Amino acid sequence: MSEYLFLIPLLPLIGFLINGLLLGRLPRPVITIIACGSVALSLILSVMLFVELKSLPVDSRVIEQTLLPWISSGDFSVNIGFLLDPLSAVMILVVTGVGFLIHVYSVGYMAHDPGYGRFFAYLNLFTFAMLTLVLADNYLLMFVGWEGVGLCSYLLIGFWYHKKSASDAGKKAFIVNRIGDFGFLIGLFIIFWNVGSLEFDVVMKQAPLVFAAGGALITTACLMLFLGATGKSAQIPLYVWLPDAMEGPTPVSALIHAATMVTAGVYMIARSSSLFVLAPDALMVIAIIGACTALFAATIGLAQNDIKRVLAYSTVSQLGYMFLACGVAAFSAGIFHLMTHAFFKALLFLGAGSVIHAMSDEQDMRNMGGLKKHLPITFMTMFVATLAISGIPGFSGFFSKDEILWKAFSSDHGHVIFWVIGVATAGLTAFYMFRLIYLTFYGNERMSDEAKHHLHESPKSMTVPLMVLAVLSLVGGLVGMPHIFGVTNYFEEWLGPVMAGAHEPVSHALASGGGDASMEWLLMGLSVALVAVCIFLAYYFYRKNLKATTSLAEKLSGLRTLLVNKYYVDEVYGALVVRPTVYFSVFLWKIIDVIVIDGCINGMARLGGDISDTLRHSQSGRLRNYATIFAAGVVVLVAYFVFG
Amino acid sequence: MIDYVSALSIDFGLIVPEITVLVTSFVVMMLACSKKVSSWSSTVTLVGYVLALWFTTRQWGHQGSGFADMVTCDNFGIVFKAIFIVASIIVVFLGHRYLRVKGLHRGEYYALMLVSTLGMMVMANSSDLIVLFLGLEIMSVPLYVMAGMYRRSLESNEAGIKYFFMGAFSTAFLLLGIAFIFGASGTTNLRSIVTDFSYIANSFPVYLYAGVALILIGFGFKVGTVPFHTWVPDVYQGAPTPVTAFFSVAPKAAGFAALLRVFVYGFSEVTILSDVFWVLAVLTMTVGNLLALRQDNVKRMLAYSSISHAGYILVALVVGGADAVAAAIFYLVAYTMFNLGGFGVVTLLETRSGCKSEFNELRGLSKTNPYLTATLALFMFALSGFPPTVGFIGKFYIFSAAMQSGFVWLTVIGVMNSFVSVYYYLRVIKTSFFDEAEGTPVPAVLSPTIIIALVITAVGTLGLGLFPQQLLQLSQAAIFGMP
Amino acid sequence: MSEYLAVLLFAVAGIGIVLITFGISRLLRPHNPYPEKNVTYECAEETVGPSWIQFNNRFYIFALIFVIFDVEAIFLFPWAVAFGQLGLFALVEVTLFLMILFFGLFYAWKKGVLKWV
Repeated sequence: MSEYLFLIPLLPLIGFLINGLLLGRLPRPVITIIACGSVALSLILSVMLFVELKSLPVDSRVIEQTLLPWISSGDFSVNIGFLLDPLSAVMILVVTGVGFLIHVYSVGYMAHDPGYGRFFAYLNLFTFAMLTLVLADNYLLMFVGWEGVGLCSYLLIGFWYHKKSASDAGKKAFIVNRIGDFGFLIGLFIIFWNVGSLEFDVVMKQAPLVFAAGGALITTACLMLFLGATGKSAQIPLYVWLPDAMEGPTPVSALIHAATMVTAGVYMIARSSSLFVLAPDALMVIAIIGACTALFAATIGLAQNDIKRVLAYSTVSQLGYMFLACGVAAFSAGIFHLMTHAFFKALLFLGAGSVIHAMSDEQDMRNMGGLKKHLPITFMTMFVATLAISGIPGFSGFFSKDEILWKAFSSDHGHVIFWVIGVATAGLTAFYMFRLIYLTFYGNERMSDEAKHHLHESPKSMTVPLMVLAVLSLVGGLVGMPHIFGVTNYFEEWLGPVMAGAHEPVSHALASGGGDASMEWLLMGLSVALVAVCIFLAYYFYRKNLKATTSLAEKLSGLRTLLVNKYYVDEVYGALVVRPTVYFSVFLWKIIDVIVIDGCINGMARLGGDISDTLRHSQSGRLRNYATIFAAGVVVLVAYFVFG
Repeated sequence: MIDYVSALSIDFGLIVPEITVLVTSFVVMMLACSKKVSSWSSTVTLVGYVLALWFTTRQWGHQGSGFADMVTCDNFGIVFKAIFIVASIIVVFLGHRYLRVKGLHRGEYYALMLVSTLGMMVMANSSDLIVLFLGLEIMSVPLYVMAGMYRRSLESNEAGIKYFFMGAFSTAFLLLGIAFIFGASGTTNLRSIVTDFSYIANSFPVYLYAGVALILIGFGFKVGTVPFHTWVPDVYQGAPTPVTAFFSVAPKAAGFAALLRVFVYGFSEVTILSDVFWVLAVLTMTVGNLLALRQDNVKRMLAYSSISHAGYILVALVVGGADAVAAAIFYLVAYTMFNLGGFGVVTLLETRSGCKSEFNELRGLSKTNPYLTATLALFMFALSGFPPTVGFIGKFYIFSAAMQSGFVWLTVIGVMNSFVSVYYYLRVIKTSFFDEAEGTPVPAVLSPTIIIALVITAVGTLGLGLFPQQLLQLSQAAIFGMP
Repeated sequence: MSEYLAVLLFAVAGIGIVLITFGISRLLRPHNPYPEKNVTYECAEETVGPSWIQFNNRFYIFALIFVIFDVEAIFLFPWAVAFGQLGLFALVEVTLFLMILFFGLFYAWKKGVLKWV
């Protein structure tokens, strides 16, 4: 079975090649079967390999497959090889599972789009790149996947390339990600320079021997890797591209910008956990950035009116949670939240897509309302997801979020401030999510009559994935229940062998039900209570007493403007980074490039051209001249050999 | 009765691929006698080549020598034989439609090609100067005829005559060189020369060195080394394009097989060779690139480009040693792929009526043939050495071999040269993608055979660029089989 | 050094002999120029037309085909002399060689080269 590991990423690639090369030549049903079928096969294979992996003894749960040597030059050698361990097993299940559901959903969502074939070709390419990223057994192949998903993200954000905002958003995502990739590459160089390899198992084994714990070198390397992660996973300061990325088709937002690609940074840090535990300072930076991003993005989410933008900022905020978890060395908690978040955020996006579909491409929540009775399935499933993301006990989000909050408080790297920020964010999250629900599904029907006329529940191909995801959002958290519930945390145990710091004494003390248990109960209760209050506030402002909202908004108009304009971060970046860069590049262009460099280059080129013209005369076409040149060469060469 | 079979160690097993090619050429020649069956000649040729390739691969690892030590079958020669055969197969696919359109599709073309390939295989398979010479002549004489095959075209006639005269001229020097070596050493066998080298060098230095110089000239002519390159542009431009494609790859590879074997193995102790090759390499790549800059004909531009590529491969001869030989073999395989690909597209475009491969004719090509233009761009990127094509990897191995042996300036000059070359390769891309055609551009009609040729070369160009490891290991294993 | 000396002596002797013979003939011959002496030597016949005329290219082909027999003869003679000692293997090889040559002749014949039209 394990010899088929390579097929998991390969199948979507084949799908991409067929659909991509025969662009528009195939009938739509065939495109659909190829695109969805390839991912479905990958999913089935992933499940089978997961089962096989599970049957292995705990300490040897690794399936490796080296396909072929890739680059070998001197001391540097890299193979194309895949590594399936508990961590990548979770990831491939999420990627192929959620990916498959979104493929199916897209069949309905993109049904009327002229770029149907192109869309599925890109989606398959993305799936291939993402699976390469998570299955790679070395950093370089991971980087290839990393760049591959970036490319697909760019292509899919700008999928409707005739829209200027879409192609601009694509470019923005690409450029911002380049900054992160730069850091990632520097991190890789530092690792390779010191360890002499980029293979994960070699690096993880060698790192404690090569790097001094807490030293400047490992801290720099980890911070550089984290810079890469902030780009891909939309953290402060590089989060600005993600909200704009909502210009892409909604299934893309669900797959790439919520469930999978943006979590690549979390995965990368979890994969490198053995490195990060050596650099406590870097961990602290990650925790601070993660916590700040979580709170910051949640506040922006409060005042957005575009349904997809609310979800986008929510994604940024939830990713902040995951980084907070990584920052307090609770990597498995981060991956756990990654998984549950993939379920409920994909569901929210797909639900939003269903709403937008029904509303004839309207995205402004102020023009919605009362959709509950028109879109019952969408409403029910989105409501489940909202409960999950808000952390209502019993739903998946509750377990993962609670674990992060507890670790943020109790871990060696944690601090009470992290917990406070986390809980505050949880409250804000509950507020803006219920605001979204109330504005969209309850209240007066504020849309135009024409739009009202077109209202309809989405087709089966869209609602079935919603329902599946709703079930997952409901039960997905049960695999990782906290110890205080008196059950085993299967998820943490599963990831235990691959995560550094998984066996820290804290969790063991808890398992035995020490004095911390009551503390954990208390904190959990506090956060749930806060969430409940926030839900009530949302109910009060957006359902019960709409006037209060208006008057509050007037009172806090300054804050509101600030939030609506997203703290003016884009403008600040524009003034601080983009405009100076533009000025500087104009300077480079006008002065350095045109005068200095072009002058030199053109001079060189003219010189080359002149020499070329001169030399051309030697090529006269006359045989006797050729023979003369030849003979001269003979004389010189023989003379040199004989007398030299 | 003399038992000369064992005395001379006659072993036909060593030359099975050569015999296959020879027999095929007879069969094709026979087919050419009758109008009815002459259209089968391309198929028969392909079958013959594939069989020969099969026999060649079977020889891998079984080295031996025979025929009074005149034939040496080793991995080095086997790799080169495979290169010749693969290049010939691609050329057969690539030329088929062109020849039909121009009325040149005759059995003789294939027969000549087979005989020429036979000559190359003899060259690669021998360690005796006389047999090398014999192979060179078997290779060259059909080439002269092929260059002048398009009888209605004056340029083609001119190409044939020029190639013949210059070829005869250079052959004289080669033969004189072999005579000098024989005079100095009393043998033409490279192995004996290597064994007795110090004695020969002490006793008859003048004859030895003059002989080495003249042999270098003879083979240098075939690969188009400056200043023995003057025939290249005229012949390449005048000859029918599939023939040019063949010229630019197979005889060049054969010339390098001979150069590598004679100079890296045979005369490795001639210390000034490295300096001479240094000068020749720099001259060849620089002159080739500079002259290519201002050409308005794509075929002529590719002719100069092939000169400059010969310059890059000469770097391996400067360095010497196993790594450099492996790098040269790698580069030749890579060059075979992307150069044949480039010529393949040019051939295809020339099947449009009235086209002579001027740069102007490329205008607006991306509108009429987008996929073809993309393929052309791929080959141009490979020729100029961009990653991830095999052109980059090939240059990388050559220049890293040079760097490791301390030839810093040579590497700098080489890299600068490949920057210069970017200009004229990208000009092809620029013209075909961005320049508007005057009037309505005529689309090129693809035929299945040329698609096969382009797919093979494109896959080779890109595939070997992404996964160079296997080929590198192969070329590292292609060592001289002589003790 | 001695090698160069030999070359030098050869060169001097070669040039010297030519000069000496020309010098002797100049001393001995009578000096009596008249116009007919500058006429092209054509066995006492008057020459007709210029010497740059086109030959029928069939002559070349005949000459080329003659080479087949030429080469054949060169290789057959040594074989024939040692035929007794060489045995069957050599006979087979020579037969193959002859077949290859006759094959060329056959090709030329089929192409109609042997017909003088």
